[in-house]
Amino acid sequence: MTGPAPDGEPLLELRGRGIVPGVVEAEALVTHDAISGFGGIDVATGTIIEPRHELFGVCFTGKVLVFPGAKGSSGWSGYFQSTRLMGTGPAAMVFNVLTTKAVLGAIVTRVPTVVEAEPDPLETIRTGDLVRVDGDAGLVSVLRRAGAGGIQTTLAFTI
Amino acid sequence: MFLTDEEKGMRDGAEGEAVAAAMDLLIRYGDALGAERLVETRNVAGTMTQPSPAKRRLFEEGGWAKAYAVINLDCDREIEIPRMRVPTCQLQHGFGPDAAGLTKYAPESIELQGSAESYYSERGVNILATCTPYQVGNLPVRGEHCAWMESSAVVYCNSVLGARTNCEGGASTGAASLTGKIPYWGNHLPENRFATHLLQADVSVDDFQEWGMFGYFVGETVQEARPAVIGELAQPDLADLKHFGAATATSGGVELYHIPGITPEAPSLEAAFGGRPAPEPIRYGPREREWVYETLNGQGTSTDVDFVLLGCPHASLDQIARIAYLLEDRRLHDGTELWVMTPRALRTMADRNGYTRTITQAGGRVLTDSCPAMSKAAPPGTRVFATDSAKQAHYLPAILGIEAWFGSLDECIDAAVTGRWRGGLS
Repeated sequence: MTGPAPDGEPLLELRGRGIVPGVVEAEALVTHDAISGFGGIDVATGTIIEPRHELFGVCFTGKVLVFPGAKGSSGWSGYFQSTRLMGTGPAAMVFNVLTTKAVLGAIVTRVPTVVEAEPDPLETIRTGDLVRVDGDAGLVSVLRRAGAGGIQTTLAFTI
Repeated sequence: MFLTDEEKGMRDGAEGEAVAAAMDLLIRYGDALGAERLVETRNVAGTMTQPSPAKRRLFEEGGWAKAYAVINLDCDREIEIPRMRVPTCQLQHGFGPDAAGLTKYAPESIELQGSAESYYSERGVNILATCTPYQVGNLPVRGEHCAWMESSAVVYCNSVLGARTNCEGGASTGAASLTGKIPYWGNHLPENRFATHLLQADVSVDDFQEWGMFGYFVGETVQEARPAVIGELAQPDLADLKHFGAATATSGGVELYHIPGITPEAPSLEAAFGGRPAPEPIRYGPREREWVYETLNGQGTSTDVDFVLLGCPHASLDQIARIAYLLEDRRLHDGTELWVMTPRALRTMADRNGYTRTITQAGGRVLTDSCPAMSKAAPPGTRVFATDSAKQAHYLPAILGIEAWFGSLDECIDAAVTGRWRGGLS
């Protein structure tokens, strides 16, 4: 999921606050719907399973998960922690609605995480974009747009 | 984040490695939240005993100490787990021995949970084994700082009891148990406890089902915000508010609401908004009520009901009594199961009062510790289930891939006795 940075400057840089350290580059998976842990994701496959969710059936493993925030049961952090322990977790998290569920979830998932980034990640990052999440500096960089430079969007429908 | 000398000592190992790991997690967590400091708590409700594939693997690698370190403290070092520093209870977990053999739930998981119960109860964890600790001996007082998990318990704790907790997780409660500390953030701060939205019921909210439906609308509407609700609200009881809050925390992420004149921090509408003018109300009328009903009942086509689930959140003694009265001298439909989930302490009372016998004679079961959603298991062959719980109707179809009907207790009992769903919006 990581690799050499593409040549040149990032296409776009979002500034926020890093809450879990580390730097990772991976494809973005963007949703405008808040994500539920319990009843919302399947930890064995790293897949969204909530029927009314716009990413229903989509796998987030190895992706930079760009989402508004967490909703639903307090099991949220435990479910995402389980994706880490099962090897199905996302590569990084970017979200702007700060809740105890999402913050603790990011910490125990142990993936680089940036919160409160501007401009709004949901409006500026698209699914399939190659992004770098720098949890040390609190920066999210869009390195390549979806469909450009041979990046494939590979959404796994595993349900 | 500011740390007291005591907290710095904990971080640096003055009270042992487990406490140091707990403080390290609390510091990472508090810093990430942007909390200024920690606050003392002597009331933790978390989860340690619930089996999962990841937990089993950790237990097999290094015993319960390893499972607690990794899952409840986010720590990979080998550490001993001491007695909990402050009163701590275990919330609902997996099925217990009373549910053995009733579903495909693995007997090994029941055994694993029993082993965990022994380990953790020796370390001072009270195994209440319910999503409603406030029903069985953990009743925080107004203003008390708590560290609770379980969204339906959190919203009850903040709203109905006026105690203060965020929606914590397995790691933050694990760390709070060993330190008696939790980040002073969010719902702990008085200024964050005033209402942000006003919702007005223009239809009568006067029974268990109506409170659940109104709650589902409120959660969908305000998401994580703090609603005050007014309008045609009848005096609610414990079960009504247990259902209402669980629903707000299911369709949304409500952790605190106010009902002026009813809940303790809102003696008046003005008080609910902290003296600021209340915004224009969002209306809950016949159309919105119908939307909720159709949403919760949009997950079923077959009216042949295999399974009826009551007691989400765990049933009160009063609810169990009503179920028993409705089942007196009746018999469940052949091929339809009925379960009532309740805390073990209330099951004991239900046994003593004869409610369990009445329900059992009709063919139903009174079970404890868990629920089909938590344990991801229903009676074998279940295709269609019915429930009086908005929360369970929301979650179970996604978790088990089954159809759902949502209605009143009377409709659910009718479905259990006839095997048919004949409910409808009155």
